[in-house]
Amino acid sequence: MNAPDGITDDTHLTWLRLMISLLVLVLTGALGWAVCSLPANSTGLTVSALAQLPNSGVLNPVTAAVLNYRGYDTLLEIAVLLLAVIGVWSVAKEEPSAALEPVSPVLFSFVRIVIPLMILIAGYLLWIGSFAPGGAFQGGAVLAGALVLLRLSNVEHASWPSEVWLRFGLVLGLSVFIVVAVGVMAGGGKLLEYPRAHAGILILLIESAALISIALTLAALFVGGRALGDEDSSSESENGVRPQ
Amino acid sequence: MTLEPYLLYALAGVGLFAIGLEALIARAHLLRKILALNVMGTGVFLFLIAIAYRSEPLADPVPQAMVLTGIVVSVCATGLALALAHRVQTTTGRMELPENDEFDA
Repeated sequence: MNAPDGITDDTHLTWLRLMISLLVLVLTGALGWAVCSLPANSTGLTVSALAQLPNSGVLNPVTAAVLNYRGYDTLLEIAVLLLAVIGVWSVAKEEPSAALEPVSPVLFSFVRIVIPLMILIAGYLLWIGSFAPGGAFQGGAVLAGALVLLRLSNVEHASWPSEVWLRFGLVLGLSVFIVVAVGVMAGGGKLLEYPRAHAGILILLIESAALISIALTLAALFVGGRALGDEDSSSESENGVRPQ
Repeated sequence: MTLEPYLLYALAGVGLFAIGLEALIARAHLLRKILALNVMGTGVFLFLIAIAYRSEPLADPVPQAMVLTGIVVSVCATGLALALAHRVQTTTGRMELPENDEFDA
């Protein structure tokens, strides 16, 4: 058999690479032709989106599309976030951190100033999402950045969320979303059909919960494994992670 | 025919998609495959945003919303893929998937 690293001078593989390139080129040409044949001016769904904006509970059409028009899409997306973390936690454990270096004074001051600012900006982005570009995803990304910074800088007295709170926060977004989505059916609506009078507050509620879950999800993915010290004694062999 | 700005961006998106696709098929290293998937995803996002830009005077909000959700999903997929790749490396000692006939061994 070929060596595992063998894209060397093997003629067979060269031909294969050539065929792949050719195939991709043909596909690219077809896609490019399709793109060029699109009409240069198309309103798409803009007109419908703007027409329904007064009924959506928010003033920003993108937020309306994310959380109202395409609410089902976003609901499933939040579920995907949770699944990704469950998947990562199933295959990996957190790497034991290297010996903690003392925090440099510069980094300490930086973290002390920046972390509260990032939390503030996350909340601001969440709030502004109802009438301008912003929302739970943008805010969640900033908050996740704060968590990652906190983790990388090893600052004392400012710890990562504990295991219980982490798990609670991870499922919070999906739970609130599902409760709201199903809850509006009690009022006679369909799934995810927010009553017009309360659409704004319901969207804000979903977004606030989603913000926390998105931030924790992204940060948990950065850590890349289930926390150490969690059921260490019981299931080492069961979960199949080899001791290093 | 003049080259509309949106068309330039949309074609650049197609180009990124193609570059990613080639690398995804041709490269064996898992990290390269994951990067290739991300390049492909970026191409799709660029294309969708370019398509939304055709609408006057306001860009179509629906493709923007799709990109917004898509970015987060792509980050999560990357995280999961990296965890799986790391697991492959710790289990088999290399960053590649085994060939078909190696499964029987």
